[in-house]
Amino acid sequence: MNILSLFVLIPVLTCVGIVFTKNMKQTRLVSAVGMSIQLILSGILVYLYLTERQAGNMAEMLFTYDALWFPTLNIHYTVGVDGISVAMIALTGIVVFAGIFASWKMEFLSREFFISLILLATGVFGFFISLDLFTMFLFYEIAVIPMYLLIGIWGSGPKEYSAMKLTLMLMGGSALLMVGLLGIYFYSAPAGGQLTWNLLEISKINIPIEMQRFLFPFTFIGFGILGALFPFHTWSPDGHASAPTAVSMLHAGVLMKLGGYGAFRVAIFLMPEAAQEQAWIFLILTSISVVYGAFGAIWQKDLKYINAYSSVSHCGLVLFAVLMMNQTAFNGAIIQMISHGLMTALFFALIGMIYGRTHTRMINEMGGLMKVMPFLGVVYVIAGLASLGLPGLSGFVAEMTIFFGAYQHTDTFHRILTIMATTSIVVTAVYILRVVGILLLGPIKNDHFLHLDDAKWYERLSTITLVLAIAAIGIAPLWLSDMINVSLAPIVNKITMAGFEFTSLF
Amino acid sequence: MRHELSLVAIALILLVTDLMLKPSQKPRIIPVAVVLFSIHTILGFLPACEGILFGGMFRATALIGMMKNVLNVGVLIILLQSYTWIMKEENRDKMSEYFILMFSTLTGMYFMISSGDFLMFYLGLETATIPMAALAAYTHHQTKSAEAGVKLILSSALSSGILLFGLSLIYGSTGSIYFSDVAQLYSNAPMQVLAFLFFFSGMAFKISLVPFHLWTADVYEGSPINVTSYFSVISKGAASFILVLILYKVFFQLVYVWQDLLYIISVLTMVVGNLFALRQKNMKRFLAFSSIAQAGFILLGMIAGSQMGMTSVIYFVLVYIFSNLGAFGVVSAIEASTGKINMGDYDGLYHTNPKLSLLMMLSMFSLAGIPPVAGFFGKFFLFTSAASAGYYWLVFIAVLNATISLYYYLMVVKAMFINKTDTPIAKFRSDNMTRAGLILSGLGILVVGFWAQVYEFIFNLSVGLF
Repeated sequence: MNILSLFVLIPVLTCVGIVFTKNMKQTRLVSAVGMSIQLILSGILVYLYLTERQAGNMAEMLFTYDALWFPTLNIHYTVGVDGISVAMIALTGIVVFAGIFASWKMEFLSREFFISLILLATGVFGFFISLDLFTMFLFYEIAVIPMYLLIGIWGSGPKEYSAMKLTLMLMGGSALLMVGLLGIYFYSAPAGGQLTWNLLEISKINIPIEMQRFLFPFTFIGFGILGALFPFHTWSPDGHASAPTAVSMLHAGVLMKLGGYGAFRVAIFLMPEAAQEQAWIFLILTSISVVYGAFGAIWQKDLKYINAYSSVSHCGLVLFAVLMMNQTAFNGAIIQMISHGLMTALFFALIGMIYGRTHTRMINEMGGLMKVMPFLGVVYVIAGLASLGLPGLSGFVAEMTIFFGAYQHTDTFHRILTIMATTSIVVTAVYILRVVGILLLGPIKNDHFLHLDDAKWYERLSTITLVLAIAAIGIAPLWLSDMINVSLAPIVNKITMAGFEFTSLF
Repeated sequence: MRHELSLVAIALILLVTDLMLKPSQKPRIIPVAVVLFSIHTILGFLPACEGILFGGMFRATALIGMMKNVLNVGVLIILLQSYTWIMKEENRDKMSEYFILMFSTLTGMYFMISSGDFLMFYLGLETATIPMAALAAYTHHQTKSAEAGVKLILSSALSSGILLFGLSLIYGSTGSIYFSDVAQLYSNAPMQVLAFLFFFSGMAFKISLVPFHLWTADVYEGSPINVTSYFSVISKGAASFILVLILYKVFFQLVYVWQDLLYIISVLTMVVGNLFALRQKNMKRFLAFSSIAQAGFILLGMIAGSQMGMTSVIYFVLVYIFSNLGAFGVVSAIEASTGKINMGDYDGLYHTNPKLSLLMMLSMFSLAGIPPVAGFFGKFFLFTSAASAGYYWLVFIAVLNATISLYYYLMVVKAMFINKTDTPIAKFRSDNMTRAGLILSGLGILVVGFWAQVYEFIFNLSVGLF
């Protein structure tokens, strides 16, 4: 059995196991066991990957496995990973693990909840291991659809509206994506050979430039919608605010990364010429995402909305970096995906825990929580500092690398956009520190808050896992960026071969 | 001929058995009919006998045999699902008629699909249509059902007239009604294009394509629910089969005409079907309009004009049979035991009848084209065929429409899983036959997609344009 197929098999088996459980305790136990195995497996994968690379295996993808599925359409089940996907899989493993423990007290329809949650995770894992565009798309949609039930049934606030909005907008994105992928497929053999869905094989040929011009926007926006590309980001604040804790964690932490990863792996990798031609449009849009998201967060009073808008800003930064199309920026984009995934998952977990105690998410109704729940308070400060880019935590490494890469472009257009985007760092500091000030420090506004307890063991487990990961990246970013750098080489080569001549607009 | 002979034999056996049964023994006809038809369905999968009969009027190929098998599977599921309803007191004295009528219209469809000339085609079409009107009016003591019967017969008479006029023009301009002759003699002379348009309008009526869809909602709503599912699945499937065969085999000279035509009609059908489905509260009308929209998707496969296109059409119809019958089966089971038919009645269904709700959810996802259920594969292959002919914008419009359709399919899911009510449909247990029907369609939804051999098998039988 291929190790990568296990990443799909274990969640599926866990779901099957949950079907046979009798009550909430059994359900969450089965889920926790399944996802712990998954987390351990992710660790093993990272280890195996590093040893393979050290042993000198320089193949583009490792642990590949290929099985023919639909022969006439040449659809395969092809899996394989490089450093980037390994990093994403590890991220997913951590966030899902933390998510299970963050929803430890889910009593209403708990079986259905955990099944949907793990089904979502299955889609995400499947997406990251796929090398075949068809299976990639299949898993992409599997990851999106459980969101409807998860938000609709277990959400809060205007949950039905948010769930429908999110599902329809993401499915609209996959409409664009489908056109893009079909177009890529039918131009995957320009010489009239066998058409293929295989990512690596397509990357060896050049799709005709006229088709690239047509297909690139479809593919990029299709993935971009999931990555909260302005102006298609509006599903994100509503969806995240209404979703239950674990779902917000998983969605902001992992699912939005599908967008960034796909835009990078499919759109830019396969269609570099068109990407270079059209990058300026999307660069403007992503710069707006970055700045607008940050400013949006300032005005919000609801903790989840604050974090949702900050996700728009941070995910915008991922797409921004991807469009800069050089090694450093790519590297930053991947680290930012990992770092933001961990940070935002931690934030949403904390918000869920605070909300579960105070029963409000409005910051002006709370205050002085640091005194009553010091553990959660401290972790919140750590997450906040990571988010605003304090050195020693993951956010700093990611943003530094991105802006460094972006500044390598010497023309005015890129410079202006880069400088604009950097302002988001300052704005981020404003909203993070403001929340910390109001929420955690200051006087306690409500006597009811005096009797609240601090984090339980499962909450500590969930948050500590995430904090450790954030600190690990912040303190020793090199192992991560080394892992990524090797795998970036083929992509950067392809872009260089396409002739990097960005004609400045100014 | 094997399919036709055995089906006619079954119908006759039922007729004679019915004469010999005492009124109190009438319900025995049901197991007899179901068992005989299951045997017939299984026999259909034996290696096909190919050949030509009646001087070219009737032809049988492996592909045509496969199409008939697809229809058989659907009819079998419908028979199983209609058990509760047919056992009702009011239907006691006309049980066998239900089966005999259904088998006669199916025979008509067999002949229609197998036809080798326009005469046989027309005979088959009428044999299929007239018993169908009787079926629509089956519960004729209900005004709506009687009205549905009349509406169906009147509007199909009109469409038959138009179709016949087209056929007469075809005969007038080519001097032959045989498909093979017409195919060779056809060019794109204006009168021949006109003749084709008349023919196409007649067929569009049968598949209920916009703007020939106006009869659909009323007839679907008025007919008994199991007859409705028969209309929306079997009748539509058979008409799509023969349309794709005739387009590819007879009118291939007009490919540039019908590709444009299909483009426009499919966009119209998807958009109008979807927009009307959005506002429906009655489950039957809702499924009626959603099935109009689905017909628009089928055209996407036809437009390719290739082997891949034909495969995707047949494959999609197969998937659509399972998904739509899953949905209809649930609606029918609920109507038979509680009489409730509105979407609002489904509130909180998951808490009382979880299995039915899960099947309904799978069917809705399958109809909307969400993985991992079969509908995703069906739609994906239709889109692939359209894209293979370069119709990227059409694919885009279609996928957007699939997204719109997702909205109303999710409304059903929302009612069952999310909405809360004090008076949900009480827990009930269906009888074994109905359950078998529901399980069959559920299995189909889950298995057909992943099981690539199904698609490959159909592909090897299919043909493209000449």
